[in-house]
This record gives sequence, structure tokens and C-alpha cells, in this order.
Amino acid sequence: MTSYPVLDKKDTRSGFGEGLLELGRSNPDVVGLCADLTGSLKMDAFEKEFPDRFIQCGVAEANMMGVAAGLTIGGKVPFTGTFANFSTGRVYDQVRQSIAYAGKNVKICASHAGLTLGEDGATHQILEDIGLMRMLPGMAVVVPADFNQTRQATLAIAAHEGPVYLRFGRPKWPVFIPADMPFTIGKAQVLSEGADVSLFACGHLVWNALQAAEALEKDGISAEVINVHTIKPLDEEAVLTSARKTRCVVTCEEHNRYGGLGDAIAQVLSLHAPTPQEYVAVNDSFGESGTPDQLLEKYGLGPSAIVDAARRAIARK
Amino acid sequence: MKRYPQDPAPPKASGYFRERITPPRMLMTKPAPAKASSASTEDLQRICSQVRRDIIRMTHGAASGHPGGSLGCTEYLVALYFKVMAHDPSAWDMDGRDQDLFFLSNGHISPVWYSVLARSGYFPVKELATFRKLDSRLQGHPTTHEGLPGVRMASGSLGQGLSVGIGAALAKRLNGDDRLVYTLHGDGELQEGQVWEAAMSAAAHRVDNLIATVDWNGRQIDGDVDDVMPLGDLPAKWKAFGWDVLVEDHGNDMDRVLAALAEAKSRTGKGRPVVILLRTEMGQGVDFMMGTHKWHGVAPNDEQAARALEQLEETLGDY
Repeated sequence: MTSYPVLDKKDTRSGFGEGLLELGRSNPDVVGLCADLTGSLKMDAFEKEFPDRFIQCGVAEANMMGVAAGLTIGGKVPFTGTFANFSTGRVYDQVRQSIAYAGKNVKICASHAGLTLGEDGATHQILEDIGLMRMLPGMAVVVPADFNQTRQATLAIAAHEGPVYLRFGRPKWPVFIPADMPFTIGKAQVLSEGADVSLFACGHLVWNALQAAEALEKDGISAEVINVHTIKPLDEEAVLTSARKTRCVVTCEEHNRYGGLGDAIAQVLSLHAPTPQEYVAVNDSFGESGTPDQLLEKYGLGPSAIVDAARRAIARK
Repeated sequence: MKRYPQDPAPPKASGYFRERITPPRMLMTKPAPAKASSASTEDLQRICSQVRRDIIRMTHGAASGHPGGSLGCTEYLVALYFKVMAHDPSAWDMDGRDQDLFFLSNGHISPVWYSVLARSGYFPVKELATFRKLDSRLQGHPTTHEGLPGVRMASGSLGQGLSVGIGAALAKRLNGDDRLVYTLHGDGELQEGQVWEAAMSAAAHRVDNLIATVDWNGRQIDGDVDDVMPLGDLPAKWKAFGWDVLVEDHGNDMDRVLAALAEAKSRTGKGRPVVILLRTEMGQGVDFMMGTHKWHGVAPNDEQAARALEQLEETLGDY
């Protein structure tokens, strides 16, 4: 299988911060908004360099979403920054009416998504956000895999016309996507080709899927690893091509098993190529306090859980 | 989807146009330039009468909708679009650069806004007949989704319009555009927490190119505001949030509305956002719709519509 050396260990939110700073320099219409989490979102460099284009909104996320929608009227490209929980569930109606239904070019950038937020616990560990956002008509949903890809995705969503939900996280995580690997919204990446099972993953779990594929290879099982960094619009062709080749699939996500990547892929498969599928996802529960590694292990999102799911999927062919 | 032509239809040769040889510029279907019009108070009052007829006929035709607040805000919206705002319907686009902008936060009073938009040249007046019907651009609550000229934001779920207005005003500031942003809100709508988040942020960011107006009619769908959820000392609240506050007790008197808007405009650019607390009468102009909250969201039936229209002169020609 294709090998991906660990280039570094960095948090994906820092990839967002770097990308936003680059955008600030290249696009005078980019405006940053933050709800009292500038440091956590790594937006401080942008704020320092472009104070006139940075709007501190305080702990008032609903207003921030509306202000962002209003800024588009006049040609601005607003990037909102707060935790994933406060970017989605807390402000769902504002996002729905003032951004999605109104078709506004707002980039909703969300950090600290999923279990890997860690010790803060379940109040902040949203596991429902991909589902919430992909249900909104016209909303693109992007979940990059590492630091490099989050930087690339931040640049890419600025050029994408329309509302976008960009999901990333808190922990330092292996950097393995080469900085020059092409990134296109809506175009999944086959990271490693295989013949026996397809592992579709997004976000932090792409790395875990690669680890699982290595373990499977040692047992003579050839796994195909596909980074589905865009949940919506989903690269249906990539999903179907791989599923038709391997005839069984595993979906891997740091999200509730309902409504996320797994369901998006299941829908495509059930319509066009019914295929045995196993879910690696949180089993309809809330999270809890702990370290990211402990939580991924406890909630069945680690490499070993993906290996087990792959074996189950192969057995169902 | 069925679409109406973008060009406004020629005026119907009846009513107001029959009586005047040269209609004032703001009444011509050719849109006015982006500058304030010279319409007289009498002109504006005659437009109000026609707008009120439109409101009754639209809600009657749809057998649904919100006539009460629409009738109460007629003077304000006619004053804005036919006298106060610098806007050019023929040059309408989403960005609205170098134009004054208006956002309707209490989107349920869409009938009055649609009528005023059509009568000022944004889209054909005959399209008012499609209000709330399948394939119409005139949705129950306003939206950009159907591409209706004049509408820059979806509204209906309450409490969101002030935030949007602040964003648009900040965009104008960033663009070096010195035109103003106007917003309208219901008083019941002020029970939404987002309004106060927005009020706080407008003062913090010194958004002084924004004039918000509260339709202070004291009524909401379940009853009087004081019974449902009292707002307390409203002027003091806005003042405490850092706004420059104007109270106008005669929101259905055209001269008073014009004076309030002129005063508000004179207070812009001074470091503080401006709010007009505008006392109006829900149902104004139709006797049996006044003095009660009951016509907030109820359409008149055939007999009630006929009784209402008897009280409202057809000045510009019905659609």
C-alpha cells in the first residue's frame, strides 16, 4: 500500500489559521469574525494583521451568523470562527434562514469538533454537526484530514461561491498529506489502492484508516483508503468506483453514526450499488471527558476498531 | 419555475393616473434615480391608501397572511421608499453599493413591503396577485430564494434582521460607501434574544450608518405585548445598550414619520447606532381591524375585504 510518513504533528485548527492569514493577504474582501475564541481558532494572526477586517462578536454566536450574512451584501467573504457546537446546533436557525436559505456566501469555520476536543466533555464535543449541516440545501460540508489539508481547504472554500461548513479540530494530529497534494472541493482522494475492502474516512479518522490498512495488509488483506474530505457535495463516482471494485465498505468518522459520512455513503450505495457496509462512528451517544486517544479507543474509533469493521464487512460479501 | 418578466408593467390607466396629467416622478413605473424624491405629503398619503388596498386584496386573495402589522407600518415604508431612501430600482442588485438598503426583520408583514416594492418599480404590480401562491416570487415571508428584486435577505423566523443590517452596514463602512442601512422590527420580535446581542454589538462597533425602527404597536399574535411578555422601559433599554433613541408617538401620521426619519438621519455618523421607537396602530386604516391584536395574522373573508376596501380609496389603480 502507499505509505504516508508523518511529516509533523500539528492541530488542524492551526491549518485554518494559516490559511485565513494567507487569504487576508491575497483577498481584500475576506473578513474574519470570532465569538470570543480568537486564540482557540488560531485567528489571532489574522486579527493582528488585519484589525479592520476582523470583527470580535463576543459570546453571541447567533448575532455573529447574522452579521456574517449581512457582510456578504456588499461583496465581503466572511469567515466565522467558533467551536463546532456553537457554529451549528446553537445557531441552526440563523444558519438556516439568514445563510443557507438566503444563499449567502458565508464560510462557517468550526473547530473543536468531535470527541477529540477531549477533557471539556460532552457539552462541547458535538457529534451531530455533519448531519445538521449536510441537511441544509446548498450547504457544502468539508472535513479535512490534517493540518496541511485544513490550510488547503480554507483557501479553497474562499473560492467556492456559496455557504460552506468547514469542520476541524483541537488536538495535535499527524500531518501526512503532502502540502502540494491537489485539493478540490467535492473530489475524494484515493490515498491507497486496494482490492478487498474500501475504507472511506474523513477528518482525523483518515489517519486511523491508514493505520488500519497497514495492519490489514500484514494479514494479507488489501484495503483501499479513500479520504472523503467533502461530505457534501459527495464524490459519488469515487464511492461507487471503489465499492464496485472491493464489494464491501467501511465508513469512518468522528461523529454520531446517524446523519454523517456513513449515512451519506449508504444513501449512494443503496441507490446505485447495494454493498455491505460497516460503520465506525459513535454509537448514538454523547461523549465524555478524557484524552483524545482514550476517547477514540473507548468509543470505537481507533485503528483496531476499523480493522474489526473491515473483517466484518468482508465476511458479509 | 414560472417567472415574471423583470420589466415593470405599464401603469393601469385608472384611479390616480386618470386624475393627474403629469404624475410625480416617484409614481412613474420608470424607476427613480438613487436620490431622495420630492413627493409631497399628499402624494405619499395617496400612495398609502393604495398600498393598504393592496394589503387587503393580497391577504384576501391568499386567504392567509398578516394584514394588521402591514397596515400599521404603511406610512413608514411609503415614506422610506418614496421619499427618504436613496435607491434606484432599475439598478437593483444584491450588493446595493451606493444605495440605501432596507431589511425587513419582521418578515410576516411582507404584504406592505411587497406592495411598496412593486409600486416603487422593483417588479410588476400585477405580480402582487401571486402572493403566497404556488410558484410565486412573493413567498409568505420574504426570501432571496426566488430572486425577487428588492429583497436581499430571507426573514420570517424573528430576531435576525438587526444582525444582518449591522453586517451590511459594516460592509458599507469597509467599502467606503456612505449610504445608510435601515431595518424594521416588530415590538413582539424584541422578545428574541438575538436582537439584544445585535444591539450590543452595533454599539460596540459604533455602527453609526444604521437606523433601526421598532414598530411599537403594543400587540403580538397572542395578545397585547404587555400581557404576553412586557418589554419594560423600552427607550431606557435601547439607551442602556448604547443607542441614540428617538421616540415618535404618531407613526401613522406621514408628516411625523418623515420628521422622525429626517431627525434619525441627522443623527447618523456620530458614533452611535440610531433607533426610532415608532408608535403605530395595528390595522390602521380599517376600522374593524384597529384596537385589537386579532388581525395580526388573519386574512379578511369576502365580506370583510369588501368592508375594508370601502374605507380605502383606490388612488393608483388596483393590480
